[in-house]
Amino acid sequence: MSFPWANHYQPKNPFMQWLDSRLPLPRLVYNSVGAGYPVPRNINYLWNFGVLSGLALLIQIVTGIVLAMHYGANTLVAFDSVEHIMRDVNYGWLMRYAHANGASFFFIVVYIHIFRGLYYGSYKAPRELVWMLGVVILLLMMATGFMGYVLPWGQMSFWGATVITNLFSAIPLVGESIVTLLLGGFAVDNATLNRFFSLHYLLPFVIAGVVILKIWSLHIPGSNNPTGIDVKGPADTLPFHPYFTSKDLFGAGVYLIAFSVFVFFLPNFLGHPDNYIPANPISTPAHIVPEWYFWPFYAILRAFTIDFILPAKLWGVLAMFAAILLLFFLPWLDGSNVKSNRYKPVSKQLFWVLMLDLAILGWVGGAPAEEPYVRISQIASMYYFAHFLIILPIVSRIERPLPLPNSIAEAVLSKKNETPAATAAQPAE
Amino acid sequence: MVRLFGIAIGAVFCAVLLFAALAPREAVEVDPTYAFHKDPKQVKWSSAGIFGTYDRVQLQRGFQVYKEVCASCHSLNRIAFRNLAEIGFSEPEVKAIAKNWVIEVPMINPDTGEAATRPGIPSDKIPLVYANEVAARAANNNALPPDLSLITKARHDGSNYLYSLLSGYADVPANFPADRRPEAPLHYNPYFHSLAIAMAPPLSDGQVTYAEGQPEPTVDQMSQDVAAFLTWAAEPKMESRKRAGVGVIVFLLFLTGLAYMSYRRVWAGLKH
Amino acid sequence: MTTVEDTTGHPITDEGVRRRDFIHVATGAFVGVGAAAAVWPLVDQMNPSADVLALASVEVDLAPVAVGQAIKLNWRGKPVFVRNLTPVEIAEANKVPVSDLRDPQTLAERTKEGKANWLITLGVCTHLGCVPLGAAEGENRGDYGGYFCPCHGSHYDTAARIRKGPAPTNLEVPEYAFMSDTRVQIG
Repeated sequence: MSFPWANHYQPKNPFMQWLDSRLPLPRLVYNSVGAGYPVPRNINYLWNFGVLSGLALLIQIVTGIVLAMHYGANTLVAFDSVEHIMRDVNYGWLMRYAHANGASFFFIVVYIHIFRGLYYGSYKAPRELVWMLGVVILLLMMATGFMGYVLPWGQMSFWGATVITNLFSAIPLVGESIVTLLLGGFAVDNATLNRFFSLHYLLPFVIAGVVILKIWSLHIPGSNNPTGIDVKGPADTLPFHPYFTSKDLFGAGVYLIAFSVFVFFLPNFLGHPDNYIPANPISTPAHIVPEWYFWPFYAILRAFTIDFILPAKLWGVLAMFAAILLLFFLPWLDGSNVKSNRYKPVSKQLFWVLMLDLAILGWVGGAPAEEPYVRISQIASMYYFAHFLIILPIVSRIERPLPLPNSIAEAVLSKKNETPAATAAQPAE
Repeated sequence: MVRLFGIAIGAVFCAVLLFAALAPREAVEVDPTYAFHKDPKQVKWSSAGIFGTYDRVQLQRGFQVYKEVCASCHSLNRIAFRNLAEIGFSEPEVKAIAKNWVIEVPMINPDTGEAATRPGIPSDKIPLVYANEVAARAANNNALPPDLSLITKARHDGSNYLYSLLSGYADVPANFPADRRPEAPLHYNPYFHSLAIAMAPPLSDGQVTYAEGQPEPTVDQMSQDVAAFLTWAAEPKMESRKRAGVGVIVFLLFLTGLAYMSYRRVWAGLKH
Repeated sequence: MTTVEDTTGHPITDEGVRRRDFIHVATGAFVGVGAAAAVWPLVDQMNPSADVLALASVEVDLAPVAVGQAIKLNWRGKPVFVRNLTPVEIAEANKVPVSDLRDPQTLAERTKEGKANWLITLGVCTHLGCVPLGAAEGENRGDYGGYFCPCHGSHYDTAARIRKGPAPTNLEVPEYAFMSDTRVQIG
């Protein structure tokens, strides 16, 4: 699809020939994740996280389908059915712990994937659409994760749902009506639980569809790489299979080990004890927090504490949505000609400041809404918006990048003195 | 254009946040009782750690404490009598426990259609103590004795918390703010979130008679035993989970090692 | 070393010798074993859960069932017929030569000793699982005076043995035991 020197699919097996000439599915696989996809040879382990997020999505869908066979989406039985899964269903505890921790791991992997894109400028032309489809996936994941957390019908489920749906009441004039519409009632109740279950089951398949679009659009320009410079010739690339399939398999092994440590030995570490208390609509827990992967955004939401023309509540909601939606405009906010922060010393520093800022936002987002956390969240939120909307557009214009290598192959080979002939692997043509 | 727009929006958000950050804060009154809170005492549980298993004998003692003390107010409704076989009771023992349980299992009289009760059988869940929350509160000075099936997972550091709570009743410290002293029917307990708990100290030394050869039934011992039992009740699959986990991780370590060697072999001689 | 690829991705060395690397095969085998092991919990979760397996046995009071009557009750989600056979029905059942039957069984084999009048069977047609008629008053009891399955026309005799129609075997007799003369525990 991408480069003229890509391997062409030539099946030797007669059945594959027969199939390929009628339904070119083997060809599609070969060209997208097989030997027919040339990949920059210098990509590092951070590029594993694309395939890993696909693995995480697969684990969620498989365990989720299994859980849905035993779960009852009704306020009278939801909590009991989850406990039934944990206690009586064969391997039910495994399915549920894998699904609950799988959500967290999906977000970990996707966040690292996003940060990699930010650092190496993967969002910049010609990959704007790849990036934007990724932001769509992130939004869908957040919706799915939020609705999934409601399903066990514990105290945090109920009050999380109450708080988040009430965000929409900040919308002037129609806010209250929208909340009633979303809830299917005047409070989070059976109608809400039922529709959340329906959507929670649907959205992962929508995510899978967007993933396909994303891979499709990725294969037009091909993968970015740590230098950020374009692929110029066959010496710059290696076929995806076996070079990157073997690397991804190793990455998947490491990922599954980390995942297993949580599933089997720390299954409730990322959860909240209050969600083991059945939902009680007339008693709020002392300290409501969303799942950890929402903490930075929750911090931004709560950072707006004063009415300033608009009510504070509306500011918080606007800012929280803006914090995610601004990512759609990132390809145009960044005006630099150079993609990778490897060659942009100032931007590189700023990237790490942003990482620190997000860590702080996450920390205060999980903390109670009291001083000093509120003030810290205000300063950290300020940096978040300033970074993307003010600093990045300006710095990207004025920063003078370091000299770029002429090609990926040159960048790779200059690391050690070796003759190109001895090392450059030419894919078969 | 996008950049100018972005800078403008960014400036607005930053300005609002700056105002909010600079706004003076109202002085926060620190709760004077806050300093009296204690973190749970840490116990070495046999179930802790990668290879941790439940001590069946301890769980049975804990069950005895639950049955003879806690069960008069607290239900354990997610545990069926048959589950007690998992902590080492034999089938006839389970049958006897179910049959002799103080509270009978609700049923519908097949002749009259009216509510009735029958003796428990192993497949029954341990029956509820109160018919509903209103009845529970009415019988307990408006406090609700929670179901204990998940209690150790529903509290932070649950097993230690439960042990500390049960064994941690104390006299109100002399320097405790006078206007905040728990009044009857509340009791002072430094491990409880509000320091004032409605449950009267449930255990006293020697309250339960343990079988021959078992430790002395002190408050501390009984608290540990019942906390261990309820840890099992909240997570009965813990042992098979950890066993499976060790197997899975050992397998994955081998697989990952092989995958790494395979990856290095594929890339042998290549610069990247 | 110049490496090229054949279509399966196995490296071919300069000499053109295909190197079926042991390490790749071993890795592939581990992935296969791991995937197969991961499938087992996904399949096993569909088996009956512990609470279903532990489902109660049912105790039945026989006193209200008069001679010639039958009752229908629910056991493990399935109907059970308890019939108090009349002497005529018993005689009729015993009259049939066992060798003539599709599923040869005597009435005595299908009841407890000394309680030949108590015929306890699952109310599930052995053809495709419908509930046969005949347990309730006034229902069609088929050509042989026992039960009649309306779905595909299976006729059972007074001992609930298959006599006509597509069902392959007699109505199944569940495990049960008499607790006393008038109480029986099924399961």
